[in-house]
Amino acid sequence: MSDHEYKPKSKAGKWFNDRLPLLTLGAHLTDYPTPKNLNYWWTFGGILTFCLLTQIITGVVLAMHYVAHADLAFASVEHIMRDVNYGWLIRYIHSNGASMFFLAVYIHIFRSLFYGSYKSPREVIWIIGLLIYLLMMAAAFMGYVLPWGQMSFWGATVITNLFSAIPLVGESITTWLWGAYSVDNPTLNRFFSLHYLIPFLILGLVVLHIWALHVPGNNNPVGIDIKKPSKDTVPFHPYITIKDAFALLMFMIVFAGFVFFTPNVLGHSDNYIPANPLVTPAHIVPEWYLLPFYAILRSVPDKLGGVILMFGAIFILFVLPWLDTSKVRSAVFRPLYRQFYWIFVIDVLMLGYIGAMPAEGIYLVLARVGTIYYFLHFIVVLPVVGLLEKTEPIPMSISDPVLSSGAEPSLAKKDNVKI
Amino acid sequence: MSKFNFIKIFILALFLSSTNLVKAVEQNDPIKVNWSFKGLTGKFDRASLQRGFQVYKEVCSSCHSMQYLSYRNLGELGGPEFSEEEVKAIAASVEIEDGPDSQGEMFFRPGRPSDKFKSPYPNINASIAANGGAYPPDMSVLVKARPGGSNYIYSVLVGYEDPPSGMVLDDGVYYNKYMIGNKIKMSAPLTEGIVEYTDGTQPSVDQMAKDVTTFLSWAAEPELEERHRTGVKVIIYLILLTILVYLSMKKIWSRVDSEV
Repeated sequence: MSDHEYKPKSKAGKWFNDRLPLLTLGAHLTDYPTPKNLNYWWTFGGILTFCLLTQIITGVVLAMHYVAHADLAFASVEHIMRDVNYGWLIRYIHSNGASMFFLAVYIHIFRSLFYGSYKSPREVIWIIGLLIYLLMMAAAFMGYVLPWGQMSFWGATVITNLFSAIPLVGESITTWLWGAYSVDNPTLNRFFSLHYLIPFLILGLVVLHIWALHVPGNNNPVGIDIKKPSKDTVPFHPYITIKDAFALLMFMIVFAGFVFFTPNVLGHSDNYIPANPLVTPAHIVPEWYLLPFYAILRSVPDKLGGVILMFGAIFILFVLPWLDTSKVRSAVFRPLYRQFYWIFVIDVLMLGYIGAMPAEGIYLVLARVGTIYYFLHFIVVLPVVGLLEKTEPIPMSISDPVLSSGAEPSLAKKDNVKI
Repeated sequence: MSKFNFIKIFILALFLSSTNLVKAVEQNDPIKVNWSFKGLTGKFDRASLQRGFQVYKEVCSSCHSMQYLSYRNLGELGGPEFSEEEVKAIAASVEIEDGPDSQGEMFFRPGRPSDKFKSPYPNINASIAANGGAYPPDMSVLVKARPGGSNYIYSVLVGYEDPPSGMVLDDGVYYNKYMIGNKIKMSAPLTEGIVEYTDGTQPSVDQMAKDVTTFLSWAAEPELEERHRTGVKVIIYLILLTILVYLSMKKIWSRVDSEV
C-alpha cells in the first residue's frame, strides 16, 4: 500500500509524524482501498462500532447515577428513570442498545458465513471477532443483572449455577464466582465492576479486529482477491464512509423506534419486580439474543452435557475456517452450500424460538433435532459439501466478472447483490 | 433420577409447573382498552389522571405503597398536572417522620412536595402481616411489571366474579377472571360510588378502573408524553438526514462505475 509515501505538508506535522506516525495512520485509514462491490451487508462493521461507542458513552453516564448494592440498585434505576435529566432516554438507549448491538453482530456474523469471510487469509479476523462476541455476551449478561429485578436475580442464579456442573471443583467455582453462598450483594458488585471493564476490552479487540482486517483487506460479495487495485477498489473515504453513514442512519431509525415507542418490548416485565430470592418467576428466560444457546443447554438431559454443548456451540465456530473445505469463499458460487446455509439460518432461528418456549413435548423434540443439526452443519455438512460440491464459474476480477470465465450473464448481477 | 441435579430439575420443574397451572385453569386474555396514551403520539387524559389519583389515594393507598414517586411529580408536565397549591395541599395532608433534630429526636411534620409518597406500612413484612400473608405490591412500576400492562391491571380490577361451580376458595381468596391463576388475595377494591369524584363524573366501577389504571400507567412511565414527543421529532430528523445522506452518497458514487 502507498501509505509509506505519505508526507505531512506542514513542518510541525512532519516533526510530529516522524515521532508518532498518527498522520500516516490517518492517511492509511482514509485511503484504505476497499472493494467497490461491497453490498449493504458490509455496513454492519461500522454500525457495530457505533453500537459499542453508544453503549460506552451511555453506560458511563448511567454509572454516575447507579448504585451497585442489592438494597439500592433497583431504586437507583428508578431514580435514573425519574429524577436524572433525560435519565429515561439514556437508560432506554443503553438497554435497547444491547439488543441493537446483538442484532447487528448476528447480521455481521451471518454475512461472514455467507460470503466465506472467515476463510484464508482472514482466520485471525474471524477469531478476534468471536472473542468480541463472547465478551459481548458476558457484558450483556452482567448488565442485565444490574437493575436487580427478578429476571436479573434468577437469570444470574441459573447461569452461574451452570459452572457447578464442572466435576469436582464446580461447587467451589460457583461459590467463588458469587463471592457468597448464593447470588447476593458481592455478586452484584463484581458484576458491575466487570460490566464496566469488558466494553474496554472489546474496544481493544475491535482495534485488533480492524488491524487484522487491514492486512489482507476486505472480502467482498464475489469472494475473490483484488486483482487490479485501481479498478477494483475505491478509497475508504469518502465512498465507504458515506455509504456506512447512510446505512447507519437507517439502523438508527429502527433503534429510535424501539427507544421512543416500545422501550420495554425486548425486555421482560418481571424485571420491574425487585429481586426476591424467595419467589421464583414462572418462566426464567434469558434475553432474546441468548435464546438459541439456552435451547441447546436445555435440550440435553444432563447438566454437564448441556453446558458442554452450549459452550461447544460457540467454540466450534473458532475452528470453522478449518472445517470448511471449500476453496471458494462466496456462497454466490456455491449452489449446494447456499442451500445448507439457509437451512442453518432457519435452524438457529428455530432454536431461538424454542429457547423461549417451555422445555417439554414437541419443543423438547425440536430442540434436540435443532441442536443435533447445529453441530452436524459444522462437523459433517461443511467438510463434505466443500469436497463434493461443483461450484459455479468464478469471475476473474471484481471489475469484469463476466468476461473472463464464460459464466452466465446473471452472475454480473449477482456480485452486485444489494439489499 | 440421580443424574438430574438441582438446576436441571429446577428449570424443568418451573416450566412444567407453570404450564400445568395455565392449563388447569381458564386463562383469559386481558380486555383491550383503547387508551389515550397508546400510539406514537399518545398522551394521558389529564382529567382521568386526576380522578385516578383520587382513587389511588382513597382506595389503593391504604395497602399499596408508591415509594418511587414524590408529591412534586403530581404537578409536573405530562402528569396529572395539579396546580402548585394543590400539590402542596396534597403533600401537607400526610404526616412525615423526619429527623433526628438537634436534640437527636425524630419528629413528625406535614409533608412537602419534595417528599416521597408516604407508604401505608413501615416495611414489607408489616404489609404482608396486615394482609393475610399476601404482599400488596408497590405500585410505582406495577404496570411495567405485568405482561399485558395497562390492559391487565384494568382487567383485574373489573374481573371479579363468583367462582365457577365446583371451585372451592380458601378464606380471604377471591376469584378473578383475569388474574394469573384466577385466584387473588385482594378483595374487589372498587365498588360503585366508593369515591365521590370532585368533577362530577359518575364513579362506576368501570370508570374508576379506567381512571386508576391511567394514573398507574403514568406513575410507571412519567416520561411517556415527553418520550413520544421527542421520538416523533427524532424520527423525522433522522429520515430527513437519511435522505440528504442518500443523495450525497449517490452523487459521490456517480464518480465511479459501480452501483451503490
